[in-house]
Amino acid sequence: MAGSRDSDDVLQPAAGGGLLHRRALLSQGLILATATAAAPAFAGEPAVSQSADPLDPHPASLTTPGAPFSPYGQPSQHERRIMRAVGSNADVPGNGVSWTPLEALEGIITPSGLHFERHHNGVPAIDPRQHRLMIHGLVRQPLTFSLEALQRYPMQSRLLFLECGGNSNAGWHAEPIQRPVGSFHGLVSCSEWSGVPLAMLLDEAGVDPQAQWAVVEGADAGALNVSVPLAKLREDCLVALYQNGERLRPEQGYPMRLIVPGWEGILNVKWLRRLHLTAEPAMSRDETAKYTELQPDGTARQFTYVMEAKSVITSPSAMQRLKDKGFYEIKGLAWSGRGRVARVEVSADGGKSWTDAQLQDPVLPRCFTRFRAAWNWSGEPAILKSRATDETGYVQPERETLVAERGRRGYFHYNAIVAWAVADDGTVSHVYA
Amino acid sequence: MSMRRLVLALAVVLAPSAYAADPLRLGKPVPADVVAAWDTTVFPDGRGLPQGGGTAEQGRAIYDAKCSNCHGPEGRGETAEELVGREIPLTDPDTAQTIGSFWPYATTLFDYTRRAMPMDKPGSLSVDEAYAVAAYLLQLNGVVAPGDVMNAQSLPKVQMPNRDGFKRIDAK
Repeated sequence: MAGSRDSDDVLQPAAGGGLLHRRALLSQGLILATATAAAPAFAGEPAVSQSADPLDPHPASLTTPGAPFSPYGQPSQHERRIMRAVGSNADVPGNGVSWTPLEALEGIITPSGLHFERHHNGVPAIDPRQHRLMIHGLVRQPLTFSLEALQRYPMQSRLLFLECGGNSNAGWHAEPIQRPVGSFHGLVSCSEWSGVPLAMLLDEAGVDPQAQWAVVEGADAGALNVSVPLAKLREDCLVALYQNGERLRPEQGYPMRLIVPGWEGILNVKWLRRLHLTAEPAMSRDETAKYTELQPDGTARQFTYVMEAKSVITSPSAMQRLKDKGFYEIKGLAWSGRGRVARVEVSADGGKSWTDAQLQDPVLPRCFTRFRAAWNWSGEPAILKSRATDETGYVQPERETLVAERGRRGYFHYNAIVAWAVADDGTVSHVYA
Repeated sequence: MSMRRLVLALAVVLAPSAYAADPLRLGKPVPADVVAAWDTTVFPDGRGLPQGGGTAEQGRAIYDAKCSNCHGPEGRGETAEELVGREIPLTDPDTAQTIGSFWPYATTLFDYTRRAMPMDKPGSLSVDEAYAVAAYLLQLNGVVAPGDVMNAQSLPKVQMPNRDGFKRIDAK
């Protein structure tokens, strides 16, 4: 096993349940041993067909010319099973979601084709030459901007997470849902978004001092609209034209979308076509009937914009199975709509004891942060948890605390600590613990 | 181009303050009639509501033809959510967040019906039809009477039962 080749002090426990000191991850020999030992350990991985003998010194790839160039690269055929899980309305196929398969991904960037989707009535077909963004209402001069015009403005790029306000809503259920982590918590993704700072366009239109909001509208079926506070729009919002270096995908708002860093997904209006500057919010359906949270006292929280600090262990996670006891890297994602992740702690004994996970650089504001921790599984049942703290000092709450405060009818903004139970046979399941 | 003019031109292009001093002005002014045609925003005080109107009695036939397939007879829910009912208080764990029990503004109902419903043909209802369907759903929820005309004047005055049920968290 990995541990036998390194000094014993690295393998001193850091907390209960087999959590090891962070230095275990820094030991070169151990990292290599871990990566190779952990990779095949999960049952159900796709079988990669190689030559019959893995030690064949002359595999066919060495002596056969390879495939020609491709105009647009695709994932390996062996990775075809890595895809978004789709949940939609049988009567309205374009009304629903698709989840990012968080369990299958590494690092902090979500491939654009695996970015989660939430559409209210499908992905519209838009001719970029005909598309216009209109800014009107409480402005000196109503304006329209073509895509060609926007391309000429100075742009900014930001690495940002984007999370649906309804992400993780199964956490409110009375019983813990059993699904892969991506199909439970995967209405969050992380991309580099590039585009024109909205403040520049607002200044060009000349915003009236009475304006406090903009009613933002998309060009999709039903013309989804929500009100966004003007101060936020001026502070750091972008009219994004690019995602991860290429033009937006159709399902991400092509040719332009609003990016509202750290705030709930619904405000990041896709297929952006209109900003109506106003003194008051419109009280549209998606800021009154929906995207509000009913509380136990019968009132509802409204305009809950900030996605609070959250973390989840992506491996090991529900529906996976550990094949052998021994060394594993616990890894996951943390993020906060208020800024940087300051700390992620992990526990292997259900929260009785905790140790700090290693935060992988870069740690950026309102962006995914990848965390890692070393774990020696004894083969006994264990309960894994992660707990994020952001730079404002906000600490991700236990589920019990969140439910005590908000009840179970709020649907949106579930950010409690997630617990994965590892059984003695290595199966991993979702538990409330 | 003389060397002096070339240097001057480069200086203008490269100066960091060029944006601030001479911003791009590539937005195209829009005539008022075009703005008016695009502007479908409806506010709780009634601004933005178009001329026209309808009653619950008129709305019933439209609802049965175009809405009940998904929302069920009399708005009691089918494949799409229930729209009617306020028997169970919002404090009860088994409550339903319907138009009558939860929605704070009747103007929102007209706006959403007109822009987004029915989902297989959003935006297809006429203004009168949207007012009539809104009137019918309000009547089923016991908020207006069957003969009440819903229009730009009456709709903002409808007192929704949950008008004061919301607390603003991240914005005033």
